[in-house]
Amino acid sequence: MTDPTSKTPAPGKAPIPDRAIPSSLNSLYQEVILDHYRRPRNKGVLDEPTHSITMNNPLCGDVIELMLRVDDGRIAEVRFEGRGCSISQASVSMLTGRVAGRTLEEATELGQRFMRLLRGEETLLTDADLGDLRALAGVSKFPVRIKCALLGWNCLEELTDRDGAKSDAGDVE
Amino acid sequence: MEATPLPAQMTAAPAYDVGAIRAQFPILSRRLYDDRQLVYLDSAASAQRPLRVLERIGRYEREQHANVHRGAHALSAEATEAYEDAREAVAGYVGAAEPDEIVFTRGTTESINLVASSWGGSRLGPGDEILLTKLEHHSNIVPWQLVAERTGASVRFADITDGGVVDLDDFDRLLGPRTRVVAITHISNGLGTINPVRRLVERARSVGAVTLIDGAQAAPHREIDVAALGCDFYAFSSHKMCGPTGIGALWARREILEEMPPYQGGGEMISTVTVDGSTWAKVPHKFEAGTPNISGAVGFGEAVRFLHDVGLEAIHEHELALTRHALARLREVPGLTLFGPVEERAAVFSFTLGDIHSHDLATILDRQGIAIRAGHHCNQPLMDRLGVSGTARASLYLYNTVEEIDALVEGLAVAAEVFGGTGE
Repeated sequence: MTDPTSKTPAPGKAPIPDRAIPSSLNSLYQEVILDHYRRPRNKGVLDEPTHSITMNNPLCGDVIELMLRVDDGRIAEVRFEGRGCSISQASVSMLTGRVAGRTLEEATELGQRFMRLLRGEETLLTDADLGDLRALAGVSKFPVRIKCALLGWNCLEELTDRDGAKSDAGDVE
Repeated sequence: MEATPLPAQMTAAPAYDVGAIRAQFPILSRRLYDDRQLVYLDSAASAQRPLRVLERIGRYEREQHANVHRGAHALSAEATEAYEDAREAVAGYVGAAEPDEIVFTRGTTESINLVASSWGGSRLGPGDEILLTKLEHHSNIVPWQLVAERTGASVRFADITDGGVVDLDDFDRLLGPRTRVVAITHISNGLGTINPVRRLVERARSVGAVTLIDGAQAAPHREIDVAALGCDFYAFSSHKMCGPTGIGALWARREILEEMPPYQGGGEMISTVTVDGSTWAKVPHKFEAGTPNISGAVGFGEAVRFLHDVGLEAIHEHELALTRHALARLREVPGLTLFGPVEERAAVFSFTLGDIHSHDLATILDRQGIAIRAGHHCNQPLMDRLGVSGTARASLYLYNTVEEIDALVEGLAVAAEVFGGTGE
């Protein structure tokens, strides 16, 4: 049906000169991210969690359930269930490897630093505390995907807020 | 598709010149990111607009704008004429018996809400059933759930086959004397399935049910003849058919519209207002409360004239050729699963590629200039039925080319490379 002699060149033919992968894509989809996506760490159900929450991103359908066992004020065990894109699932998989041993507040503070990394704060690239989460720095070039990378961390923040509210209420009593 | 007789002049149609069509859509020459040519494969979400639609809207705004149906001065008369002229064009496009059978709305979603709220709200009661299918867009589900909650009616969903078409046995099983409304999509936005609307409407009528057809994906692509379809309501949107956003239409036969109570109250829709009560304007104005989207309607009218001038049959033939090419090329892609029917399908291709999530696919294609949609497409019951959380969807229209399909296939190869294979 396409007329090859038509004067207006059919876009799509000439303009895509090669199959070179745009560099932004290579920095987004680093091997470590794909590895976490395909072999997620700490995925599964945690028996008798002290804290758990399920959050979703209604626009894209990604969903994460984060389960924690907090012992003596510190996160002793963390697992997640979920489905979604490589960014959301890799990010929460990495989260599970970084928050164990921290208090909820410390873990949430780490999440704040991670968020600043996603917003392009380059000094955080040398923040060893962020570990392999730094591989997600490429997300900063893809603003619509930042919410994917934050879904698991939003779960953690919400759990921390609820925990704080609970202990505040306890203090009042 | 319903067999509508071919207009005589179509039998000797000249060759379809897609280059000449594309030249009328300035946005298609956009370049993105590192100088990638835009390849727009998301027309099922929203189509692009040709110059003549943009210019018609511009002329209305620059030269003709005033409020409609107030009539006290020249501009008001001109605006009213332009608005009503658009109604006539839209009515003609779907084969309405008269322009007054077209109610302008904000789009398909509002058209369906109008019917669910006005017809459904006044006619449905406990024990009544609303029959939908699992192919429906959320806009043809949620309005019915809302009215069901209000009236005590219940909503049922006819299943689909693994091939993505309505399961007629299940449809018949659910259809019964309690069925008051059957609301079905003409063409599925998620799978491109073309429903046998005429047959489904016939069955619905045999139990006395009222029928609403969601024409959002069909009206842009096919010659629509509401009389031949036999339905009671037909809903569609301007922005999927080369017109502006924020405007659409509901077609219904005059008798039905006349029996229905108003949807919203306000100016434009009344005959008299006193402190004791009000009487309603004639249809369709009874359903058009407030100052309408005049420039939108004018643009919509121009869009349907544009489509008519290109020729729906010619567009259909072009899309068939694109569909054949797309099906052949997509089948060659390693790890690609295509959803939906093989035959009797529109140029909408929903797929997954290996274990690559649809949003990752969309991102990778986007950086190559290729625009597709990813996710659940406002089709969550359908996605559940297919057992997927989402798909990537490429949808084509009159301005797309086989080269763009080839670009998509190459883009998918890049995605596979980025992901180090497709997990096969």
